[in-house]
Amino acid sequence: MLEAYLRKSRRQLPSELEDARQRIEAIARGHGLDFFDTIFEMCDYDEINMIASYGGFPTRYPHWRWGMEYLQMQKGYEYGLQKIYEMVINTNPSYAYLMDNNAFVDQKLVMAHVFGHVDFFKNNAWFAHTDRKMLDSMANHAARVRRIVDSVGESATEQWLDTCLSVDNLIDPFRDHIRRMRPRDAEEEPTGPASHKLPAKSYMDPYINPPAYIAQQEERAQAAAERAKNFPEHPERDVLGFVLEHGRLNRWQGDILSIVREEAYYFAPQAQTKIMNEGWASYWHTKLMTEHILEDSEVIDYCDHHSGTVAMRPGQLNPYKIGLELYRDIEKRWDRGQFGKDWLECDDAVAKRDWFRATNEGRAKIFEVRRSHNDVTFLDTFLTEEFCRRVGLFTYEFDRKSGEYLLDSREFADIKKKLLFMVSNHGQPRVYVTDGNHANRGELELTHQYEGVDIQLEWASHTLGNLARVWGRPVHLRTKIENKDAVLHHDGDHFAYEGPKLIGAKKP
Amino acid sequence: MILNIENDLNRFRQIVKGRVRKDLKRYMSSGEIIGKQGDKFVSIPLPEINIPRLRYGKNSTGGVGQGDGDEGDKVDGAEEGGGQAGDNPGEHLLEAEISIEELAEILGEELHLPRIEPRGKKNITSVRDKYTGVSKVGPRSLRHQKRTFREALKREIIGGTYNGANPVLIPQKEDMRFRSWNSKSDPQSAAAILYVMDVSGSMGREQKEIVRLEAFWIDTWLRANYKHIETRFVIHDAVAREVDRDTFFRTRESGGTLISSAYMLVDSLISEFYPPEEWNIYLFQFSDGDNWSAADTRTCIDLLKNRLLKSVNLFCYGQVESEYGSGQFYNDLRGDYGTDERVVLSKIPDREAIMASIKDFLGKGR
Repeated sequence: MLEAYLRKSRRQLPSELEDARQRIEAIARGHGLDFFDTIFEMCDYDEINMIASYGGFPTRYPHWRWGMEYLQMQKGYEYGLQKIYEMVINTNPSYAYLMDNNAFVDQKLVMAHVFGHVDFFKNNAWFAHTDRKMLDSMANHAARVRRIVDSVGESATEQWLDTCLSVDNLIDPFRDHIRRMRPRDAEEEPTGPASHKLPAKSYMDPYINPPAYIAQQEERAQAAAERAKNFPEHPERDVLGFVLEHGRLNRWQGDILSIVREEAYYFAPQAQTKIMNEGWASYWHTKLMTEHILEDSEVIDYCDHHSGTVAMRPGQLNPYKIGLELYRDIEKRWDRGQFGKDWLECDDAVAKRDWFRATNEGRAKIFEVRRSHNDVTFLDTFLTEEFCRRVGLFTYEFDRKSGEYLLDSREFADIKKKLLFMVSNHGQPRVYVTDGNHANRGELELTHQYEGVDIQLEWASHTLGNLARVWGRPVHLRTKIENKDAVLHHDGDHFAYEGPKLIGAKKP
Repeated sequence: MILNIENDLNRFRQIVKGRVRKDLKRYMSSGEIIGKQGDKFVSIPLPEINIPRLRYGKNSTGGVGQGDGDEGDKVDGAEEGGGQAGDNPGEHLLEAEISIEELAEILGEELHLPRIEPRGKKNITSVRDKYTGVSKVGPRSLRHQKRTFREALKREIIGGTYNGANPVLIPQKEDMRFRSWNSKSDPQSAAAILYVMDVSGSMGREQKEIVRLEAFWIDTWLRANYKHIETRFVIHDAVAREVDRDTFFRTRESGGTLISSAYMLVDSLISEFYPPEEWNIYLFQFSDGDNWSAADTRTCIDLLKNRLLKSVNLFCYGQVESEYGSGQFYNDLRGDYGTDERVVLSKIPDREAIMASIKDFLGKGR
């Protein structure tokens, strides 16, 4: 149905653009890019704002927040504050939208950029489990939500949606990539201390069966037995999945929660690979444009827009720029042999600067990188001190005394630490279900993996309230506030806080 | 179009207006634009509802940036936390420079403010004559020599009578050109804005900040509507005095509150400088509503009725909430003037309420 709609309303690209598209596509494939069929749609600014406010999917379930997004984009565009250049969605075939009043050179730039994105969607491992028919799935979700609206009413549905959306980041982005739970019987270990003891004569026993070792074995066996009693057995990061499986939701509520969860999982890889994805697309649009596509007369406009895309405002990090620069750095390093044992062990800055071994593996390396990495591993592996210094990165901190952001450090270790923190779990707290039967009363206990940064209490109180409504019983969140243990409770009606006294903080 | 954005947009608007889903009210934020009003750059006021999620709090501030600078230098444009990425489409943020006029326009549009109709008799127009054109008739005293001779020259060349060796031109009647003028009428609508603020001990910094922000927007709007604006500032505790703008927002006194003292001073200012026949007068009063005595409140109401309301276009009373709570004056005024259309009363408990209060004040188009 949806495909039919898109096919019908699609406006053919003007022949000039169609020619350009075919040319760019051929050149991109010639460079080794491997993408799904990509369908370009021409939209006016209003349509593109609409589609963008739906996150690229024109038929999503009804919800006010699309309207809010739309209003913001509309106002932003009308007052000349922002403009959408490109939008592409991860489906097969992939759909990309072009704004009809962009200049010809911009359209070409966007197409080249889009082919980069689609190649990334198709080949990056973190996208391997995403639903490539998401357009249809989103439309199905919408139909399910509409049916629920018909039976329980608009406000009730919407309220439940808001409740579910409030907890939609409590998922496990690695769910599809790591098998955490092995089948139960495979893990079953022989129990009882007897099995650890090897037969031995009594005078040899302390040597063959050292008491410390035996004690350790027993302890381990006990811990395993203890774990088996735990529910869940291991801390579970997919809180929503846990709630869906073990919660007490009625049918329509569970249905909506699963929709919200499914869409959260669909979008998660995009958040995990923002820097890589944008960097990859930018790498390819510059390559294709400057080496093949640009006409002489278009150079100035192209440079203007390209620099706008990769510009870094002071104090801000532009994923396009960082990604692009890193790919180029990797390509250069692997072309010149700046990797491996010799390189890593070299302490001589001059030698490193002039290092050259004609390995010429750069291109192959960046294709490999785009296949297997996500932002965290990408930065962790390829961010080098030389790179930080060359690009001029620094960290900044909020200074309470002056009320301003002050430059904190240019040390490589600090920068890397901060960057990794920013991209880990999308800069959000990591939370696990640690007990699904807390105090033997069916209450839910979550634990926040504390990393030195406090949770925002007011938001946490609302969120926990929503989670309590979803779980149907009180919930507890173990965390730390100012490095001291704290527990937040919510029973669906009331919030309670246990922990260090809050000074000057607004009561949640 | 099959797209349902209109439905979603309407739903959002209904929620913002508080018609449905009142439970979302607490997640709503608006009017942030005012807080961020810098020198030239402003953002556009847009209502926003933030669904709460688990996220990091205060000590997550900071991040990574790029550029020049040494340790301890100020970083411009730094953002809190990691910033959101992900499913957003690629977009450019352009910085727009917005003038005061545009600002007023945006304000008017967002709050649906009506244009102000200056009061009839004060709509005096002065007529100014301006020489703007040339005509074929007119008094000799306005003869345009150059044009006249040019016409004569054209005529002689066309007629073939022009003699370059002896270039004598004698303008005929049809060559004559005269300066002509247009009468332009300039509306002389002028407005005086009188701000009165209570600076007694109970008004804190936050309250003053609210007043300052509100006054900024009122100024902006009125300036867009009148050609000529004069502002006067009166502060009072138990006695009133006129001050300049700076002092107005800085002073903090202690002591009691006699609102009538300010009214008397305003009244004398009006009769001395701003005869109501020539001026559109706006009186804005901000206070926490604690007056010294009921007797003084009665004096105030008398003064309003017999003197002030007769000369002003609009009297706006905004009551802020200080740490000692909100006073009685609001209710006293409402009792007497709740229905008077020259009087607007508004409560401003916090910054969020500024927008609504501006709309109260200026929404009448007076």
